[in-house]
Amino acid sequence: MSSLVIRSLRKNYGAHEVLKGVDLEAQEGEFIALVGPSGCGKSTLLSMIAGLETVTSGEIRIGGRLVNSVPPKDRDIAMVFQSYALYPTMTARENITFGMESRGVPKAERDAAVKRVAALLQIEALLGRKPGQLSGGQRQRVAMGRALVRDPKLFLFDEPLSNLDAKLRVEMRTEIKKLHHRVGKTTIYVTHDQVEAMTLASRIAVMHRGELQQFAEPHVTYNRPTNMFVAGFMGSPSMNFIPAQLTRADDRVAVTFPLADGGSAVLPLATDVAAERIGRAVVLGVRPEHLSRYDAEIHARKPGIATLSAPVEVVEPTGAETIAVLRFGALEVVGRFEPDSAPRMGERIRLGVDMTRACLFDPETQRLI
Amino acid sequence: MADLSLARVADPEAAAAGRRFLAGRIAIYGILGVFALIYLAPLVVVVLNSFREQPEIARNGLINLPRSFTLEAWSSAWGSYCIGGTCEGMKRNFLNSLAMTIPATIISTLLGALNGYVLSKWRFRGSEALFTLMLLGVFMPGQIALMPWAFVLGKLGLTNSTYGLVLVHVIQGISFTTLFCRNYYVSIPDDLIKAARIDGAGFWRIFRKIVLPLSPPILIVTVIWQFTGIWNEYLFGVVFTSGREQPITAALVALTAGGTTARTYDVMSAAVLIGALPPLLVYFFGGKYFVRGLTQGAIK
Repeated sequence: MSSLVIRSLRKNYGAHEVLKGVDLEAQEGEFIALVGPSGCGKSTLLSMIAGLETVTSGEIRIGGRLVNSVPPKDRDIAMVFQSYALYPTMTARENITFGMESRGVPKAERDAAVKRVAALLQIEALLGRKPGQLSGGQRQRVAMGRALVRDPKLFLFDEPLSNLDAKLRVEMRTEIKKLHHRVGKTTIYVTHDQVEAMTLASRIAVMHRGELQQFAEPHVTYNRPTNMFVAGFMGSPSMNFIPAQLTRADDRVAVTFPLADGGSAVLPLATDVAAERIGRAVVLGVRPEHLSRYDAEIHARKPGIATLSAPVEVVEPTGAETIAVLRFGALEVVGRFEPDSAPRMGERIRLGVDMTRACLFDPETQRLI
Repeated sequence: MADLSLARVADPEAAAAGRRFLAGRIAIYGILGVFALIYLAPLVVVVLNSFREQPEIARNGLINLPRSFTLEAWSSAWGSYCIGGTCEGMKRNFLNSLAMTIPATIISTLLGALNGYVLSKWRFRGSEALFTLMLLGVFMPGQIALMPWAFVLGKLGLTNSTYGLVLVHVIQGISFTTLFCRNYYVSIPDDLIKAARIDGAGFWRIFRKIVLPLSPPILIVTVIWQFTGIWNEYLFGVVFTSGREQPITAALVALTAGGTTARTYDVMSAAVLIGALPPLLVYFFGGKYFVRGLTQGAIK
């Protein structure tokens, strides 16, 4: 059963179109990440689901019920804000129970609910404190407690981790994932961080300029992005885009593009998907981790590896991996290498390109071929 | 050794700089002191005169050190001095002023808080324009409203009554109180209101449980501002009331305008002080909150 259905949802502020017809659907218990650069409309979409923004046109259904003009309090949702939005004059306990109090839940029931949530989030010791006396991570927990204490149909998270420092963010990310496993509630999670989206979501909705670009499982979004925007946005360092020509080489369909030394590379495709486009321009998309130092022995056992050689311009070791900037003609291409086989500065490296993972895009429409 | 010789070289310069600093300080505090004296001198004269005997004032002059001491002037000014035929002193007018100022302050502050809450947190089409119009009231001199108010009070049957003055001061004060509260509430994050709406709280519950508890700094500023402003207001008082119904500021003028007998500087001094006491006390007890509230900005 779908707990959230959104149909051709639009939002205008005067003449300015913020959402241009979004369709989205969440199954019971799913974790949906809304991801995109700032200004893409993801927060507006969340606010509309919450009922904090009006709907220009389209439908929002929560648990099957049309909620377009239902006020936030009657939508059976709970929300965690980026700023946490804890009531400054109330203690953590009062913050958590405020909603139940507003709804006239009896005191005994409220106390039991606080107890359950405090244990779940390990904030029992903090209940008597005011938000001003809590650290960022503790405020985050109390804010989640305020959402969890009710038993809503839908959890909404608005970039909940963006105010935390890097280390705490990773910890809380894991925590949220565990929590979702345990509680099993449908969750809509807005973030601009593609790593958060990849790690948490059961499905990712990538948004750009008020339109939904792709709505799919994380591995699909990552490996088969529907267009160049999604391909570039998901993954860091991002995918390399190499303008190329589609040709035929040794009876195979191949891409060819100029190299720095004046020659050109010819990389046969793993499948002959785009045979009808031979002779036309394409964009080859290669993720940094699909480049490696060519090793005849290893690569012989792996099909679909094409080779070329390129000069190394910059090498950035991070410890776990080494990022290198390579030159393909006029282009800079980023590769991600095992530290053991990392290129050296100034070296001319012979590369293996995993063509089974490469993507081809139409340069006109920017769509995946 | 090098250090020592360096220190010797630097010494006279440091001493000179120190002397210059000291001279500068003396000049600054000296000038400040003179201005403080000039500003406080009238208060000192009035306070001293209120405890002198009238014959002694007449003998030794208005500005002189006291050579007598009596509380006679205070009790006379409070309860028995004759103004325009009635001999009740300032007591009634003082109570009039309280009966006017306290309700007008409370009502205008609450209305300002409510207006500010709506204009900052429940914006609607045209709310900014409405706020701009209300701001005009801040810059509009009270005397412009004299004639319209005379008409309105006449129609309502509230001329020569404290209720009438309460109404006038509530309305005249709303633009100020709205401005204060609205600008303060703008710094309350909108997310708090959104969270509360999702939590099921409505307009009034959000106001009572979330906005008002955050408001003491601005409410103190508004109350002090309104109290002193309304208490010290003179024009509306003198125009719309007379005799026993006048607030104390208007009555003080009647005191000097009596004009039949010799000036009673002792009683006048005491009366003026009685009239000035409430705002002084408000500042005395609330002044530090006033300064703090004015400088306090965002709520974290």
